[in-house]
Amino acid sequence: MTKDVKNLKQFSKSAEKFEGANLLCPGCAHGMIIREVLNSVDGHILIGNSTGCIEVSTAVYPYTSWDVPWIHIGFENGSTAVAGAEAMYKALKRKGKYQGEKPRFVAFGGDGATYDIGFQWISGCFERGHDFTYVCFDNEVYANTGGQRSGSTPLGSSTSTTPAGRVSYGKKEKKKDLLAIMAAHGSPYVAQVAPNKWKDMNKKIKTALDTEGPTFINALSACTTEWRFDCNNTVEMMDLAVDSLVFPLYEIVNGHELRITYRPKNIIPVRDYLGVQGRFKHLFKPENEHIIEQIQKDVDKKWEMLQKREEAGV
Amino acid sequence: MASKYELSKIEVWDGNMAASHALRQAQIDVVAAYPITPSTPIVQNYGKFLSDGYIDGEFVMVESEHAAMSACVGAAAAGGRVATATSSQGFALMIEVMYQASGMRVPIVLNLVNRALAAPLNVNGDHSDMYLSRDCGWINLCTYNPQEAYDFNLMAFRISEDMRVRIPTIVNQDGFICSHTAQNVQPLSDDEAYAFVGEYKTKNALLDFSKPATYGAQTEEDWHFEHKAQLHHDLMNSVGVIEEVFEEFAKLTGRKYSLVESYDMSDAEVAIVALGTTVESARVAAKSAREKGIRAGVVSIRSLRPFPYKQVAEALQNCKAVAMLDRSLPAGAMGMLFNEVGVALLQNAQNKAILSNYIYGLGGRDMTQEALLNIYHELNENAKAGKLTHETQQFVGLRGKKMAFN
Ligand SMILES: Cc1ncc(C[n+]2csc(CCOP(=O)(O)OP(=O)(O)O)c2C)c(N)n1
Ligand code: SF4
Repeated sequence: MTKDVKNLKQFSKSAEKFEGANLLCPGCAHGMIIREVLNSVDGHILIGNSTGCIEVSTAVYPYTSWDVPWIHIGFENGSTAVAGAEAMYKALKRKGKYQGEKPRFVAFGGDGATYDIGFQWISGCFERGHDFTYVCFDNEVYANTGGQRSGSTPLGSSTSTTPAGRVSYGKKEKKKDLLAIMAAHGSPYVAQVAPNKWKDMNKKIKTALDTEGPTFINALSACTTEWRFDCNNTVEMMDLAVDSLVFPLYEIVNGHELRITYRPKNIIPVRDYLGVQGRFKHLFKPENEHIIEQIQKDVDKKWEMLQKREEAGV
Repeated sequence: MASKYELSKIEVWDGNMAASHALRQAQIDVVAAYPITPSTPIVQNYGKFLSDGYIDGEFVMVESEHAAMSACVGAAAAGGRVATATSSQGFALMIEVMYQASGMRVPIVLNLVNRALAAPLNVNGDHSDMYLSRDCGWINLCTYNPQEAYDFNLMAFRISEDMRVRIPTIVNQDGFICSHTAQNVQPLSDDEAYAFVGEYKTKNALLDFSKPATYGAQTEEDWHFEHKAQLHHDLMNSVGVIEEVFEEFAKLTGRKYSLVESYDMSDAEVAIVALGTTVESARVAAKSAREKGIRAGVVSIRSLRPFPYKQVAEALQNCKAVAMLDRSLPAGAMGMLFNEVGVALLQNAQNKAILSNYIYGLGGRDMTQEALLNIYHELNENAKAGKLTHETQQFVGLRGKKMAFN
C-alpha cells in the first residue's frame, strides 16, 4: 500500500471530475465526499451509483455533473453495476480489446442503499472478490425520500417513519455496525472516514482505491435537511461527530488488523453533538434524557472495544 | 484464446445445450447468471466450456437473478457482448432491472426457459414468465424446438446489437419440453457462427475514458415520455431488422423464419394461434383434423415484441373461426394472445372470424392431440354456425367442473 497521498495544493489543482453544478442541497456533505474520492488519485475512474440524493441531484437529463464514466441502475445494485463493468474490463483486457491504463472501479451508495436494500448485492460482490471500492455516504437516513429511518439511523433519532411523539423518543434500534460486517467479509481494507478530517480521509480513500480486491469506505455525510442544522455548519457538525466519538475514525486491514486513525485531544460529551441537531431535540426532554445516557454508554463501550482491538491486533 | 469446438454436422442436443453452444460460439465477453430450473443447464454447460478452455470471456456467478441482470447491464454499458439465462421466479426477480436494461438500450441476450410462476411452486413449463416479460421493452422471440433455440440465439445478438436497434432481446423456449428434450440439431461451425454474429461494436462505452458517458440519468415529466417513446419507436421499427436477419440466416443455413408462420393456411377455414412447442403439436392435430374434413391450419408468432399485427391479420384473413391458445393464467381477463391477435384482426375490416380463447397447460399440464383436435371441432362448429357455439374462454384439461367465461 502506497502512502503517496496528495497534499491540499495538489488536490486543489486536480482536474474537475464532478461539477459544482448539481442539485444537492447547499451544505450537503455528499458533494464534498464525491470530490475527495474522485480527486484523491489520478487516472481513470468508473462509477456505479445507487438511487438516492446523489443520483437524483447530479444526473438530471439532459445534464450531468459527472466528467467520469457513470452508471446508475437502481437503488440496490450500484455495487453490481460496477462489478459487471469490472468483469467486462477483465474480459476485454484478456482478449486484447482494451488498451490503456487500468481503471479504478468505484460504487457509491447512501446508507439506505448500503446498510439495507443493497446489502445482499454488496456482500455478493465482496465474496466474489471484484476489484472495486464501495463508498457509503452515511447520512444515517433515507434523505431522498424524505427522511425515513434506515439501518444506519442512530438510536433516538426522530425520522419521518420513527417520529418522536407524545409516547415515542424516535428510533428504538441502534445503528448497524457495518464496518465490522464488511471486515468480516475478509476485505483487504475497510475504513470509516469523515470529510472534515480531510487528510485522514484522503489517505484512506487512496489506500482503498490502490488496494486490489473489494474495499469499503464508510463516509460520514452530514445532511442539513434531515439532521436539521444550518447549511453553513456542515463541517462543524462532523467535527462534533468525530470529537464525541459518535463516529470514530479507524480502519481494518485484511479483515482483522484494526487501527484507530484519529484520537480527539478533547473528547466531548455526546450531548454536545446531539444538542445542535433538530433530529435529537426531543431527547433533551426530561422523560427522554435516559436515551442520551444510553447513547453515551454505547459510544464509550465502542471506543473501549476499538482501543482493545487495536492493542491486541485482532 | 479460446479453443475451437469440433462439432458434427448433426448434434443431439436439448434446448439448453443448443443455447449454451450458441452463446459459446458468439464469444460473449461477460455472462452473469444465477441457476433456476429448467434453465440451469444453460449456465452449467457454459461453465464447463469455460473450464475446458472453450471460452475466454468472464463468467460471473452472482448471488441472485436481480444481481445477474444488474451485472449484465453494467457489463453491457461498459462495452461488450453480454448474455444470461433464467426462468420463472428468477425472471420475476429480474423484472426491475429488465426495464432498466431496455431503458438504457444495452443489447443483452436473455434466454428465458419458460416456466410457471408460484404460488403454488411449480418447476414445469408454461408461459407465465414469458407473459410477465410483455411490457419490459425487450425484443421477445419465441422458439419451438432445440434447433430454433440455437438459431435464435445466434440471430438475437445480430438483432440486439444492430446500431438501428440497440435493444436487449429475450429468446424464449419451453421449459422441459424443449429445454430438456434432445433432438437432432444442425449447428454451424464455430467460425461460421461467429462470422454470422460478427464482432461486437461499441457505442457510448463506459470503458471509453476519452468520452465519459452517463448511463441511467433521472428524467421527470419533461423528458421521460420522449425516452420511452423513442424506445417504443425503435422496437416497432426493429421488425425490419429482424426480417433482414432472418433472411440472411436463411441464406446461410436454408432455415427460413418469419415473424408470423402459417401452416396449411392457404385454404384454411379454421385456425389455431399458439406459441412455443404447442405450435408443433397443433400442426400434427391440424393434419388429423383435415383427415376428418376440417379445413384446419396453424398460425404461430415468432416475435411477441415487436408484435406483428399486420402479418397476423394477413395470415388469418380468410378464416371463419380462430382460437387463441394461451398458456398462462390471465387472472381476470381473456388471454394475452386472444387480446393481441383479436385487436390485429379488428383492425382489418374484412376480417369477420369468430374468436375464442383456450387456457391450457399451466404448470406443465399436457396439451394432448385429443384436446387440440377437440378445439378444431369446436372451431368448425363456430365456422358453420357463423357465431360462437360455446363460451369465449375455456380451460383445457382442467380437473373438476368445466371452467368457461364470456
Ligand atoms: C427498489 C426501490 N425501493 C425504493 C426506492 C425509493 N428510494 C429511492 S432513494 C431512497 C432512499 C435513499 O436513501 P439513502 O440510500 O440513504 O441515500 P440518500 O438519499 O440519503 O443519499 C428510496 C427509499 C427505490 N428507488 N427503489
Ligand atoms: S437531503 Fe441531505 S443528503 Fe440529500 S442533498 Fe440535501 S443535504 Fe444532501
